[in-house]
Amino acid sequence: MKRIFFSLLALGIVFGLITTALHKNSSEGTPLARLKEGHKTKAKPSVEHSLFPQLKKTFTRPQEVTAACISCHNGRAAEVMHSTHWNWERTEYIEGKGIRPIGKRNVLNNFCIGISGNEQSCNRCHIGYGYADATFDFNDSLNVDCLVCHDNSGTYVKQTGGAGLPDPSVDLSKVAQNVGRPARTNCGACHFFGGGGNNVKHGDLEEAEFEPSRDVDVHMASEGPDMVCVDCHTAEKHQMLGKMYSVSSMNRNRVECESCHSTMPHSDDVLNKHMLKVACQTCHIPIYAKVNPTKLHWDWSTAGKLRDGKPFEEKDSSGTDVYMSIKGSFIWGKKLKPEYIWFNGSASHYLIGDTLDPSRPVKMNELFGSYDDPDAKIYPVKIHRADQIYDTGYGYLIQPKTVSTRPGDGGYWSEFNWQRAAEEGMKQVHLPYSGHFGFVETEMYWPVNHMVSPKEQAVGCTECHTRNNGRLASLTGFYIPGRNYSSWVEYLGWGILALTLAAAVLHGTIRILISRNRKEI
Amino acid sequence: MKKEYVYRAFERFWHWTQAALIIFLGVTGFEIHGSIRFFGFDQAVRYHNFAAISFLVLIVFAIFWHFTTGEWRQYVPTWENLRAQAEYYVFGIFRNVPHPTRKTSLSKLNPLQKLVYAGLKVLVIPIMVVSGLLYMFYRYPQRYEVLSLNVGGLEIIAVLHTIGAFLLASFFIAHLYLVTTGRTVTSNLKAMVTGYEELEAGPVEKKAQPVLHEPVLSE
Repeated sequence: MKRIFFSLLALGIVFGLITTALHKNSSEGTPLARLKEGHKTKAKPSVEHSLFPQLKKTFTRPQEVTAACISCHNGRAAEVMHSTHWNWERTEYIEGKGIRPIGKRNVLNNFCIGISGNEQSCNRCHIGYGYADATFDFNDSLNVDCLVCHDNSGTYVKQTGGAGLPDPSVDLSKVAQNVGRPARTNCGACHFFGGGGNNVKHGDLEEAEFEPSRDVDVHMASEGPDMVCVDCHTAEKHQMLGKMYSVSSMNRNRVECESCHSTMPHSDDVLNKHMLKVACQTCHIPIYAKVNPTKLHWDWSTAGKLRDGKPFEEKDSSGTDVYMSIKGSFIWGKKLKPEYIWFNGSASHYLIGDTLDPSRPVKMNELFGSYDDPDAKIYPVKIHRADQIYDTGYGYLIQPKTVSTRPGDGGYWSEFNWQRAAEEGMKQVHLPYSGHFGFVETEMYWPVNHMVSPKEQAVGCTECHTRNNGRLASLTGFYIPGRNYSSWVEYLGWGILALTLAAAVLHGTIRILISRNRKEI
Repeated sequence: MKKEYVYRAFERFWHWTQAALIIFLGVTGFEIHGSIRFFGFDQAVRYHNFAAISFLVLIVFAIFWHFTTGEWRQYVPTWENLRAQAEYYVFGIFRNVPHPTRKTSLSKLNPLQKLVYAGLKVLVIPIMVVSGLLYMFYRYPQRYEVLSLNVGGLEIIAVLHTIGAFLLASFFIAHLYLVTTGRTVTSNLKAMVTGYEELEAGPVEKKAQPVLHEPVLSE
């Protein structure tokens, strides 16, 4: 009896230890609390600009405001003029292509395609005044638009089709007296509306970010740390941290979650180990386009239909454009699970004039990486697919002229003639046009980085560690516990188990039958 | 018949703790593997890792016990009576023939048990421990590290671990059944619970290998 008691007691102690140890407390720990604490105090402007005599006057031209800014902020314009916000170009090394200057002038996209020939409209989002064509003077500091980024009055708007000049309705004096640190509205005015409308391009940057709830963006929510874009995208001498792989190639100057959250942010070591191969965004942005739809597919080939000789638009039940005569047909999506890719931080780009293979989708910005690449992690991406115009003779993509500034200039959006749009557009990029065009499938990759969800909504284990239809089902060639298995081990294993069980049952049954017979005898 | 003290306190503690841990590791392991759903994947991982460490601690104690008591000799496989023992399970058991091997406190295992347990101890358990530790501490190849130490992926480790798990699971089933094949249906189970078992009296035959050392744990 004593021995039984002893054994049971020992067993009890072991299991008691196990159960208590397994119920680890899930407290956040101090690092995150410290981060939250740090964002409670918001930066206050150190000076009151409205008191400066230089700004207490009526400005007739925006360049006069710039001159006033520079009169105190000596040298700042020169910093801006070194930035990619100003130059729309950076020199980058592209694997397989070498060192190339790349930017909006020679990289095409699969939305509105490209700025060349369309500057009057597209360049509304340039941080300068009057970048209306290729002759723009990038060395004139008076054309730097300080206000678009630094307006804190919320009244500064650039004019539609104004090549970056402010709308005539803007009270420049008021804006100049209310400048400060860039707010969400300053960045969002351009970055939320790229591609011709809210959330068209990114899917994770849109007007819902102006005042997001905690569910939409855990960082920017006013009931959370209430952060603004420049809290992460910090700047030194007007050089912003971070860039987008739509127009950049190299693994540098990136905003990293780890710079605030460290490389071991979880209390669970198993989760921390994931960070070697899985980007933070992969689990912490379970869905994108949370509030408003984003464009997933753009078919330019259906553009140009007219009703009674006039262009028209069709909207779906939610009021989203599904067809526009000037642009073609669209597929939008909302609350989307991202697609996932291996990405090592470097990318390639389709540069104007590159030949293409029309038999498969053209990758506008191929993101490099694979399972075997020690620098690559799994990242969430939005893939925007399109059918866009290309030169079937020369085998390269066409930069069409879309925007029309005067009658007869070939702008597709007023003439609906692809031949003319192609001719005029290709002149702008100094490439010959064969006279024959077609439409080719293209893909563009947009890493999903924003709209981080509260941790409770992070992607759960079994969304990837599952046999069928997991989030990472398309990423193959490596072993994920719970997803992968060796099928012969599975057959053999369950086979052996079944045989053992059958043998035991059979053997036992025979024993029972025999012993019963014996008793009967 | 004589009541003998066959399984010592530590031996029973070790047996039952090991049994519980293996069952627990089996359930959590097959959940991680994707075969069943029980605790939820994240809990299963956490439980499995903790139980694995507990199991390692137990193994360290068990090895120590086996060597200090000399009990490890019980598990040295032998050809002697192996065939007779197999034939017993296939034919003799149905005719109520007595066990071909006499069980004594100095020779507890029949030749088949010796073979199977030795296999578990030197093959299956080590495979599970080594592959399990590699699985637990696996770090993906990183730049600037010693490349020759890199394992390309989890696959080999995980598949080995799975093979071991299936072997242990089928052992578990067979073991549960064979418990009932003692002198009476429950005699083996009772012995492992209380430590005492009714065994045939009489001197030990020379053929059986006696344990050379006196057991350290004297009762």
